[in-house]
Parts: sequence; C-alpha cells; structure tokens
Amino acid sequence: MKIVVVLKQTPDTETVIRIAPGNNQIVTSDIKWIINPYDEFAIEAGLRLKEKHGGTVTVISYGPQRVVEALRTALAMGVDDAVLIDDPDMKRADFLQVTEALAAAVREKDPDIILIGSRSVDYDQGQRGAILAQKLGWPHVALAVSLESDGTVVIVERPIEGGKVTIEMPLPALVTFGGSHAVWNPRYASLPGIMKAKKKPLAIKKLPDLGLDPSDFVPEKARIRIISMEMPPARKPGKMVNGGLDAGEKAKELVKFLREEAKVI
Amino acid sequence: MSKNVLMVTEFRNGDFRRVTYEVASEGRRIADALGAGLIAVSLGSGVSGKAAELGKYGVDKVYVLDDPALEHYLAGTYVPIVAQMVEKTQPVAVLLPASVDGRDIGARLCGRINVTLLQDVIEVRVDEAGKITAKWPLFAGKCFAWTEWAQGVAPLLSIRPNIMKCFVVDENRKAELEKIEIPVPTPRARVLKYDSDVSGKVELTEAEVIVSGGRGMKDASNYVILEELAGLLGAAVGASRAAVDSGWRPHSDQVGQTGKVVNPNLYIAVGISGAIQHLAGMGYSKYIVAVNKDPDAPIFSKADYGVVEDLFKFVPAFAEEVRKLKASC
Repeated sequence: MKIVVVLKQTPDTETVIRIAPGNNQIVTSDIKWIINPYDEFAIEAGLRLKEKHGGTVTVISYGPQRVVEALRTALAMGVDDAVLIDDPDMKRADFLQVTEALAAAVREKDPDIILIGSRSVDYDQGQRGAILAQKLGWPHVALAVSLESDGTVVIVERPIEGGKVTIEMPLPALVTFGGSHAVWNPRYASLPGIMKAKKKPLAIKKLPDLGLDPSDFVPEKARIRIISMEMPPARKPGKMVNGGLDAGEKAKELVKFLREEAKVI
Repeated sequence: MSKNVLMVTEFRNGDFRRVTYEVASEGRRIADALGAGLIAVSLGSGVSGKAAELGKYGVDKVYVLDDPALEHYLAGTYVPIVAQMVEKTQPVAVLLPASVDGRDIGARLCGRINVTLLQDVIEVRVDEAGKITAKWPLFAGKCFAWTEWAQGVAPLLSIRPNIMKCFVVDENRKAELEKIEIPVPTPRARVLKYDSDVSGKVELTEAEVIVSGGRGMKDASNYVILEELAGLLGAAVGASRAAVDSGWRPHSDQVGQTGKVVNPNLYIAVGISGAIQHLAGMGYSKYIVAVNKDPDAPIFSKADYGVVEDLFKFVPAFAEEVRKLKASC
C-alpha cells in the first residue's frame, strides 16, 4: 500500500502567541515548532497501515528549512521518505494555492491513500484535506477517530454532534484525522529510528520541480488575505470568592454572584 | 438575476439544528446590509415539512431536496447538489454552519467552485460599498484575524455555533419553497452505521454551560460529582487534556487547542490548573469560574470568579446551593 501523509509544522500548543509589527502575522522567533498534532495522528495511522499491509509511507510538507526537523522526526517514527516543498514564492500563498502545490507533490507519489490532520493547530482552518481530495477527484472522510482497511476499502468512524457515523469508502481515498493523543497514542521516535532517519531520503522541491508556475503563487493571485490581526479583548479582572469562608459559604457566595451579577444560572 | 446571500441548513433527526437558525439570523443581517435576499439550500430526509419555518428567521426562499438518501451527510451526496445550487443562484456570499458537516461541505465546495472559504467565522462586517470582511480565531483563540476576499471571489463563510444570536423576524412568516430537481448522486462512500448518542448529553461546542474537570479530579469515578452538577445546570461535561490522557474521560470531552474550542455563557473549570493550550480552548467563554486548591494556578488569571478550595468539598456544596436555587424559582 502506498501511503502519503501530509503534514504541517506548527508552533507547540503551549506557545504564547504574539502579533508581529505590521499586524498581519505572528512573531515566529523563539517558537518551539512541532509536527501539527493532528498530522502526527495521521502518521501513526499510516505506520499502522504499513505494518499490516506492507508498502511505504511518504510524508509531504511545505514551508521553510525549519520544517526539515519535523520531517526528520516523522522519518524517525518509521516513515520511509519525505518531500518538502520549500519555495520562497509560496511564502504569502493562501490555502488554495498551498493545496495546489501539495496536490502536485502528492500526484508524483501516486498513493493508494492520503492521510492528513483534520486541522492544524495554528490557523485552525481545517480545509486542506477536503480541498486536496476535491482536486484529486477522490472521496474523503474527515475527522476519523478510527481507521480499518483490508487494502481495497477503508472504514472510518467519524464523531458528529450527538453521535458517531461509520463510513466505508473504496481506495484510493483521503482520510483526515480528529480525536486526541489518547485516541491515537502516536509513537515516539526511538534512538535507532533517529539514527536511521538521517539516511532516509528527504527531497527538497521548488514549485517548478513540481511542474508548477511560481507566478500562480504570488500574493496578487491569492483569493483570500489576512488584513489585520488582533489579540483577544482583555478579560476584566476577576474576583475571588471570600477566602475566609468555609466550602459551604463559598458555594453560597458563588451562586449569588452567578445569579445576581453574571445572571448565568 | 436578483442579488442573494445563500445559506446551507443543517437538518438531523427530523429537525433543523439550532446553528441553522443562528446562521439564518446572521445571513439576514448580512443580506440586509447588502440589500440582498436570503435564500437557503435545505437537504435531508423529512426536511420538506420544516423548511418553510426558516422564514421566521428571515429566509426568503428555500430550495429543498427531501430524500431518504440524504439522511446522513456524505460529501459525495451533499456537495455536488450544493455546488450546483450555488452555481445556479450565483450568490454574493455563502454561509454554512461551522459544524462537523458544515465545515466539510465548505472545504469541499472551496476546492470545487469559484468560492473561497473562511472557517469558524465569529464576526462579519459589510462596509458601505458592500465589501465583506470576516474575523476568525487562530490558535484556538489565542489571537484573531480579519480577512478579505479578492475581487470577484464570493466569500464562503462557515459560522461558528453559539456565537451569533437567533432573531425571529416574524413568528408567522413562511419562506417560499422550491423543490431542487437534481437526482441525489451515487456516492463512492457509504454509511455503514449511525450511533446516536442517547445519553441526552449536551454537545460541548453548543453548550450554554460547561462543567469541566482536570487532573485535580484524581480518578474517573470522581466525575460523578461533576455530572451531578452538570445535570442541575443543564450543562455539558468537559475535560482537560490531562484527564483525557489519563483515560478518565473520552476524547470527545477534551477542551483545548487539541480538542474542542468552546464558547459557553458559563465555563466552570474544576481542578484544572490552566495550561496555555487549555486556556486557548475555553478563553472565549462569557463567564469563567475556576475552582482549584492552588491559589497560584494559572487558570485564576482567566477567571471571573475564583474559588480556592478543595474541589471535593466545594463541588457538592455548590451543587446543593444550585439545587436549592432551582427549587425556589
């Protein structure tokens, strides 16, 4: 089975976010970068599929040189090879342009299945998977919390509000991953894995290497653009329920605040 | 052709989900600002009997396709129909609920036709020239961005549940109905099974009140005190990543940057210290109560009301007070 995982490198979820001067991007110095957690679940699912059916797992990503670290981590987890689209012309690309480049890189690998996080924990847009599937003309299911495959079809459980749907689709297909660390329990890179990763193939590609015209990726051709960013409004300072009281009296006081002041119960 | 804003409804288990009315109300507001009509595409099994009621919330006309094959959402059935209706009606903007299925329809549409999607919109502005800009939360709400669309691109907005207010324009207003004359496509995917959550649990992303427990709960069995309190408040029960990783609660209860981003009126954080990724997921709640025995816990910096106390003493006492309150009113 030829498996492709698409991943993005994102700031660690414990990162304190600050807005950069110019007001349309975040400060990226001093950030600890990680594999987007939902993409990490996709890697884990891909490795499990390979363990069952054989084949290869390729990771594809985009972004600057720093992303190599994320790809090496994936290789150390057990992925076979990696492709990074690192082209300065993509720097200001919108979601659609990015997905166009990813689609071109995916096509070169001719996979049976594509696995990708349901969203990345930076922009939280959750678009790439479905757009990629649409561009390839493939079926997809989003937000998988389980994945089974016999090599011809894939069966996925997808939680929806108030229930869960189990869906089957034929390969080739794309699956996006939801759930949590507790669901997927992605493996750590072992020490031998880290040593081996250094020798695994990692290709760096520019847009023309993928048969794409860089002039299609200029900001002027973006269809959607961030005009400004802002921090959340400061919360007004809170109050402490009187520390001198016992638990029962504190409970009474809190009920009074919520009832009379906040009017939420 | 007249100018319209188009919305897609969400119909499940015999009724529109509340977010549909929120989207309709916001759609009406945007349409009025643009001097446009508000039309809806309604797909589902049994939807035709309910569709006219959307008029109450300001929808002028509903294009309906009522078919048993549309009972459960599949991209392969829903998306081609919505895409054809968007192309047929050429709306100036398209609105969807940012629900699990709405987000999926949006993304698939965005790759298919000449619309460009912004997910999880929490505020929309229309300027005097009729230009639409929209705001969405990044990093689960650690910051926000305003976005614009290139000229000639129709904005496609998925609207986050529980943010926009529902407005009834007129209790007796009925929307005009038109049947969609498109056969339901045969999808490549199929639904094998649908498990409805019969526990009556309130969905976290749509809850008005959430009672959430973290590492301080110490064990899965202790959540019974939070469930009891949640029952009294009509609340959903959430959990921190620490609690989910410990196996005390299902992943679907996880609130935070990996997990669900919630925006209730009241969020009660019990035994949660307040990791940055958790604060991001619940920081947009209207009121936050923190209960923790550690007075230095970071959660108190976000709290409107802080209670420094042993949660095992405080929660039952608080539940008792809530019970008294409910009995008296």
